[in-house]
Amino acid sequence: MSRRALLELVAALAAAAIVLLVAALVPWLRFVLTIAIAKGIAVLGILLLLRAGQVSFGHALYVALAAYAAAFAAPRMPEALLLLPLGALVSGAVGLVVGLFVVRYREIFFGMLNLALSMVFYSVLEKFYALTHGTDGIRLPAIRYVGTALGPEEAGWATLAVAILLALGFGAFVRVYLLSPMGEALSAMKTRETRLEFMGIPARRVLLAAYVLSAVMAGCGGVIIAMTTRHVTPALAYWTASGELVFIAILGGAGSVFGPFLGAFGYELTRTYAAALVADAWQMILGIVLLGVILFAPGGLWGMGRSALRRRPAGEGAA
Amino acid sequence: MPGWIADNALLIGLAVLDGLSYAAAVFMVAVGLNLIFGVLRVLNIAHGSLYAIGGYSAAALGLFVVSRGLPGWLVFPTLLAASVLVGLVLGPPIERLLRRTEKEEPVLQLLVTFALFMILEDLQKLLFGVQPVVFDAPLKMLGTVDIPFGQDVIPFTAYQLFVLPGIALVTLAGLAWFLRRTLYGRMIVAVTTDREAARAMGIDAAKVTLLTFTAGAALAALGGALASPTASLVPGVGAQTIVLSFAVVATAGLGQIEGAAVTSLLIGLGRSFAVYFEPELEVVVPYLIMVAVLLVRPQGLFGVPETRRI
Amino acid sequence: MAGDVRFAPGSLTRRAALGALGVGSLALAGRSVQAQAAKPSELKVGIATYLSGPASVFGVPGRQAAEMLFDEINAEGGIAGVKVRPIFVDEGPGVDHFVGEYRRLVQSENVNIIFSAISSADCLACTPLADELKRPTLLWDCGTQRIFEDARYQYAVRTQGNATPEVLAALLYVLRAKPDFRSIAVVNQDYAWGRDSWAIWKTAMDTLKPGVRVAAEFFPRFGATDFSTEVTRLLALRPDVILTTSWGGDLDAFIRQSAERRLFERSTFVMPLAESSLERVGKTLPAGVIVGGRGDHWFGHPSPKDPALLARFTENYRKRFSTWPIYPTHHMAQAVFAMKAGYEKAIKAKGGGWPTDAELAAAFQGLEFPSLTGTIKIREDGQGLEDQLIGTTVHTDKYPFPVLTDMVVFKAADITTPVGQKSLDWLKTLSPDMPGKMPAPVPYRG
Repeated sequence: MSRRALLELVAALAAAAIVLLVAALVPWLRFVLTIAIAKGIAVLGILLLLRAGQVSFGHALYVALAAYAAAFAAPRMPEALLLLPLGALVSGAVGLVVGLFVVRYREIFFGMLNLALSMVFYSVLEKFYALTHGTDGIRLPAIRYVGTALGPEEAGWATLAVAILLALGFGAFVRVYLLSPMGEALSAMKTRETRLEFMGIPARRVLLAAYVLSAVMAGCGGVIIAMTTRHVTPALAYWTASGELVFIAILGGAGSVFGPFLGAFGYELTRTYAAALVADAWQMILGIVLLGVILFAPGGLWGMGRSALRRRPAGEGAA
Repeated sequence: MPGWIADNALLIGLAVLDGLSYAAAVFMVAVGLNLIFGVLRVLNIAHGSLYAIGGYSAAALGLFVVSRGLPGWLVFPTLLAASVLVGLVLGPPIERLLRRTEKEEPVLQLLVTFALFMILEDLQKLLFGVQPVVFDAPLKMLGTVDIPFGQDVIPFTAYQLFVLPGIALVTLAGLAWFLRRTLYGRMIVAVTTDREAARAMGIDAAKVTLLTFTAGAALAALGGALASPTASLVPGVGAQTIVLSFAVVATAGLGQIEGAAVTSLLIGLGRSFAVYFEPELEVVVPYLIMVAVLLVRPQGLFGVPETRRI
Repeated sequence: MAGDVRFAPGSLTRRAALGALGVGSLALAGRSVQAQAAKPSELKVGIATYLSGPASVFGVPGRQAAEMLFDEINAEGGIAGVKVRPIFVDEGPGVDHFVGEYRRLVQSENVNIIFSAISSADCLACTPLADELKRPTLLWDCGTQRIFEDARYQYAVRTQGNATPEVLAALLYVLRAKPDFRSIAVVNQDYAWGRDSWAIWKTAMDTLKPGVRVAAEFFPRFGATDFSTEVTRLLALRPDVILTTSWGGDLDAFIRQSAERRLFERSTFVMPLAESSLERVGKTLPAGVIVGGRGDHWFGHPSPKDPALLARFTENYRKRFSTWPIYPTHHMAQAVFAMKAGYEKAIKAKGGGWPTDAELAAAFQGLEFPSLTGTIKIREDGQGLEDQLIGTTVHTDKYPFPVLTDMVVFKAADITTPVGQKSLDWLKTLSPDMPGKMPAPVPYRG
C-alpha cells in the first residue's frame, strides 16, 4: 500500500469516527448524517460517470427503485442484511438493461434519456396507486439487523453503522477501480473516445460497467434512505432529486472519492441549517452556496481543502 | 384500424385541434431552450424560472393595464413587452455567469443554471407571493369559436385555437428567417455547427452567445406570458414545465428550430390522443416519444451526427 | 412577513447554536432530555406547513392564521401564563427531509408540541415518530383516512376530519340535489389525494346509487396548467356530473378554462375543495356549482356555535392579511384551540401542575374543543369528528366572488367511518336511504 493510500485510509477512518462522535453528541443530526452518507454512496456512482464526462440526470431512478424494492420486501423480510443486497440487485439489474440502451448515447442525450426514464418510473409510481399508494408512499416496518430486533434508538445507530461501513467499502472500491485499466479507460473516454476505440477498447462496455456499478451504488444509497426515513415516496425519483445528486458531486468535487461525502455533508447540513434559519428561502441559500463554489472553487469542497493544504508548503518556498 | 378511424373521426378531429394548441405552448417554451443549447451547449435549467417570471410579469403588467382602464387590445403588446423586459433584465447577467465558467467542465455550467434555478425559484416567491395568479383578460376578450361536432357544437377559445398556434408559427418562421437570412443569424448557425471553426473565421463568439442567450430568455418569458391567460401561476410551475422541454431538446437535435417544432407537434398530438383514448398514458407520452425517436435516430430528429474527432 | 417571529428574544440561543458548527455548541444544541413537568418559560410549537411549492397556497394561509392566533393568545397572557412561540418548518423538500426536520424540532429545538402537516405522506411518516420520540403531535390538515384506520397512536391525534366524510358529504349532497344523474366524469390531480378521493366517491356511489355510468376518468399531472384537452373531451361526452377534488392553481385553471368554454352549462360540477378558490376565481365560477371546504369551514356558515368568534376571526384575518380566510386557516385555528384546550384539561387533571408529555398526550384523547364554527371531538382512535358543510354557489352584489346557498351541515358522527373499521369497507355497507336522512338545506341570507 502506497503512503498516499495509507494516508487516505487513515483520513477515511478518522472521518468515520468524527461522524460517529457528532451523531453521539447531537442526536438529531444522526438522521441527517445517515441520509448524507446514503446520498454520498449514490454520488460515488455519479463520480464514475463524471470521469467519463457523462452526466446522468436520472440516477434518482436507481435510488427510488431500490428504496421501493426494500419497502415492498420489508414486511416479509425485515432484515437489513438481505434488503441491501436485494436493493443493489434490483437497481443493478435494471441498470444493466437500461445501460445497454443508454451507453450508446453521449452528453445531453445520455443525460436526458436517463432523466426521461426516471420520470417514467416516477409516473409509474403514481399510476399504480393501488400498489404504491402514490404520493402517500409506503411505510417500512421495523428492520432487523442480523436477525435481531432493535429499538428505534439502536436501529438508528445500526443503520448509521451500516451506512459508514458501506461508504468505506464503496469508497475504497471506487478508488481502486479508478486506478485500474477500467478506470483509466473512463478518463480516456472523456478526453478522446475515438482514441480508446483505436486501441481496441470498446468504449461502450467500459461505460456500461461504470453505469451498472453506479446503479448498484445508487441502489445501496436508496435502501439506506428507506431504512432511515422508513417511509418512501415517489419524490425520490423526481428529476430534481437526480439534479441534487449531480449538485452534490460538484459541490464535493469530482477529484476524489472523498468528494461525494464532503459534498453530501455540505449539502444536507446547509439545507438543514438554512431551513432552520430561513424556512422561506432555503432554496435560495443553497443556490447561492452552489454558485459560490462553482465560481470561486470549481474543484469543490475537496479541491478547496486540498489547495488550502498545499498552500502552506508553497509559502515556505517549496515549488 | 380504418374502421376505428371512421368510428372516431369526429373525436380525432377534436384531438388534433387540442393537440395543435398544446404543441404550440410546448414549442414556445422549448424553442428558446433549444436555441441556447445549440450555441452554448448548456442545458439551461433556469429556463423554467424564466418561463415562470415571464408569466408573472405579464400578468402583473396586464392587470396594471386593465386597472388603468387603458384600451383592451393593449394587453397583447403587454404580453410581448413583459417578455422582452424579462429577457433583457435577466438574460445578460445569467449569460455573464455562464461565460465565467466557459473554460471549466460543461457540467459546471449546467450546475450554474441549476443554482440559478434554485435562487430564482425563491426570488419569484418573494416577488409574486404564493397565491395562484391568473390574467385571463386576453382569453375573455377574444371569446370562443364553436366547432361543429356531429349534431353538437364544441366551444373552443379563440385564444387557444388561433393566438397560440399563430404566435408559434410566426416565431418559427421569424426565427428560421433570422437564422438563415441575417448576418447575426448566420453567425449563430455557424457557432452552433462548429464553434471552433466559427471562431477561426473571425466570428465574435461572445457577442453571439450574449445575443442568443438574451433571445432565448425572452422566448422563455414569452412562453410564460402566453400561458398566463389560461394557466395558474404558482410556486413550482417552472420546474414542472421545464422538464418537458428537456425532452423536446434531446428529441429535436441540437439547436434545431424545425426539430423543436416537429417534436412539439409529436408531443402535443401524442398527449391529446392519449387523453382521448388512453388517459393514464398522458404523462409518459413525451418520454416514450423521446425514447422511440432516439432509438431510431440517436442524434435526434434533425441532428447531424457529430464528426468523430481524433 | 413571518420574519419577526424569528427575531423574538428567546430565539437568540437557538440561532447561536445553529450558527456555530463547533462540537461544543452542537452538544449544547443537542440536549434531548426535556425538563419534565416543570413549567417552561415559553411554550414552543413546531409547525410543519408548506412554504414552497404549489401547496404553499394552503401552507402560507395556515402559517398566517397561526401567527395571528399565537399573537392573540400571548396578548391574553399565554396558556396558563406561559407564552407560546411557533417554529415553522417547510414541508416543501419532501418526506425524507421532513422526517429529519421533525427530529430536529423534538431533539434540538425541544418543542413542547408539534402541528403536522399538510401532506398526507408527511403525516403518515411522522405519526409513528411521534410515538417513538414521545412528543404530542396534532395532525392539523392532512387528509388521508389511512392513519388511524391502519394503526393506533398514543402521542398523535387529528384535530380535523379526513377524506372519507369530506367526500361522502359532497356525494350525499349531489344525490339529494340531483337524484336522477346517470353519468359522471372525474378530473382529479394525479397524486394520492386525487386517487383516494375518487376511490371513496366511487365506492360510496356504487352502494348508494348503483348503475351510474363513469363516462371518463382523468388524472392530469399534479400541477398541470392546461386542461383544454380534458375540457374538450368533457364537452363532447356531456356527463351529468363532473367531479373534481383538485385544489390550488390546478383547480383555478380548470375552473377558468371550463367557464370560458361553457362546460358549466352542460354538466353539474361538484368541487369538494373549491371553497379555497372562491375569492381567487371570483365570479368566473358560475352559480349552481356544488362546493365544499374540507369541513364546516366558511365565513358565512349558516349556524356557527359562537357567531362572534367566527366574525372576529374573519375580520381580524382580513384586516391583517387583506384576504378572506380559507379552510386551512380554520384547520390551523382548530389545532391552536385544541392545544389550548388540551393543556387546560391536562393542567386541571393534575390539580394545577404542569403536565408531562405523556399527560398532555393523554389529555388529547377524547378531548372536546371549540372550532371557529362548532365543536370538535377527538375520538378514542385519535380521529377528530368534524362536521361537513356543502353548498351551492350563488352570485350576490355584496361580494365580488360567489357565496354559498342551500347549505347543508352534515353531522360528523353520521358520515365518519366508525372506530375500528376501514373506510372502503364501511362505505360498502351504507344504507340507500342515507341521502334522504340528511339535514335540510339552509338558504343564503345576506
